[in-house]
Amino acid sequence: MGGLIKSSIARKVAMALSGLFLVFFLLQHFTINFTSIFSADTFNELSHFMGTNPLVQFVLQPVLIFGVVFHFVMGFVLEIKNRNARAIKYAKYNGGANASWVSRNMIYSGLVILAFLGLHFYDFWVPEIVHKYVEFAPEDPTRYYHELTIKFESHVRTILYVVSFVFLALHLWHGFASSFQSVGFNNKYSIAATKFAKVFAIVIPLGFIIIALTLHFNYVLNH
Amino acid sequence: MNLTLKIWRQSDANSKGKLVDYNISGVEGDMSFLEMLDVLNEDLINKGEEPVVFDHDCREGICGACSLQINGEPHGPDRLITTCQLHMRKFNDGDTIYIEPFRAKAFPVVKDLMVDRSSFERIQQAGGYISVNTSGNTQDANAIPIRKEDADEAMDAATCIGCGACVAACKNASAMLFTSAKVSQFALLPQGQVEATERVLAMVNQMDEEGFGNCTNTGACEIECPKGISLENIARMNREYLKASMKG
Repeated sequence: MGGLIKSSIARKVAMALSGLFLVFFLLQHFTINFTSIFSADTFNELSHFMGTNPLVQFVLQPVLIFGVVFHFVMGFVLEIKNRNARAIKYAKYNGGANASWVSRNMIYSGLVILAFLGLHFYDFWVPEIVHKYVEFAPEDPTRYYHELTIKFESHVRTILYVVSFVFLALHLWHGFASSFQSVGFNNKYSIAATKFAKVFAIVIPLGFIIIALTLHFNYVLNH
Repeated sequence: MNLTLKIWRQSDANSKGKLVDYNISGVEGDMSFLEMLDVLNEDLINKGEEPVVFDHDCREGICGACSLQINGEPHGPDRLITTCQLHMRKFNDGDTIYIEPFRAKAFPVVKDLMVDRSSFERIQQAGGYISVNTSGNTQDANAIPIRKEDADEAMDAATCIGCGACVAACKNASAMLFTSAKVSQFALLPQGQVEATERVLAMVNQMDEEGFGNCTNTGACEIECPKGISLENIARMNREYLKASMKG
């Protein structure tokens, strides 16, 4: 078992599986958030369910946090190992000749996403935890939409969110499709799976951008 | 054509190397890259200087001895060839060409452009074989029926010449394409099944011990491989490894 934990392939598979888990989470997060641009009531209803359901709060949420932490810690561990594997760099390295920029710079797109998560937690997760588990404030099933919209009043925050979603798209563009290869899935269905992953990598972040811009311009036009 | 060569010079494994500029003239397009270096070395010897050390052997593109990172790519800008098959017609008069050794912690420089690739040998020795008694009672391989598709894929994997271009190209200096080719050439055949579990575990373990980096699926190795070894082999090795780990 010790050998498996240190093994390059086991780590690669663990990275892929945690990534796939986060992809599923993104889809779920997007689905709920998308309702906010056409129905405040639906968004409130779904958010209230997610915010109060014990299974979501005390089982899925810790699993999600573990998945996020594991993915970026393992990402850093592998990056350090990979950098050490070539102690002396090439004077001239034409990486663009044989691999895409996105695939060679996952650590940087990942770092931007990590920084964004800090902002996102500060905006939503921390206030939510304080509201429920520190202040023990009375439950209000209609508060969620309002709490969401006030965050997108700021031009700067909206721009930061949009830029972060662009980097999320870049990260997914390589990461999602590549996770199939990592878990050993490379067969006649791979082309279709890769196409699906590439479409997902564009559609979901673009959807998040549309949500952020819609909420922002709704505020701008109404004030 | 006249060229400026920026060549990595390093007197031995423990010395600190550096790029040294050389101007070379009279290079013809029909020369191979190694012949161009031969001409340079003749000039250096005639001037009483130390010639540039580089690996080469068959000069027919099949042995995997010649290496060289040329203008930032293993075996130069052409595809599906080794350095000995690269011709100077790929370059233009007045070009500056960077020539460096394959860089990886697991490929230490021996001298100048020559690197020690014996880490590949140790990966192969860890399990890249089948234990067959060759005392004269060996079963005729043709007596074992094998699907044509499997035989073709195994043969494709077996064409890996172990040159190390995959490691040199990979931003992580990963040896997974090489190791996976050596695992696949047996994993696809019935003869390889008996030792399949031990083989993949031992070879991957040796690969990790040698200090190669981890694969991040950039695909650079497949593009730069002179034999066109496919990334499918890495996926197969991952499956084989996971299967073997479950068995223990």
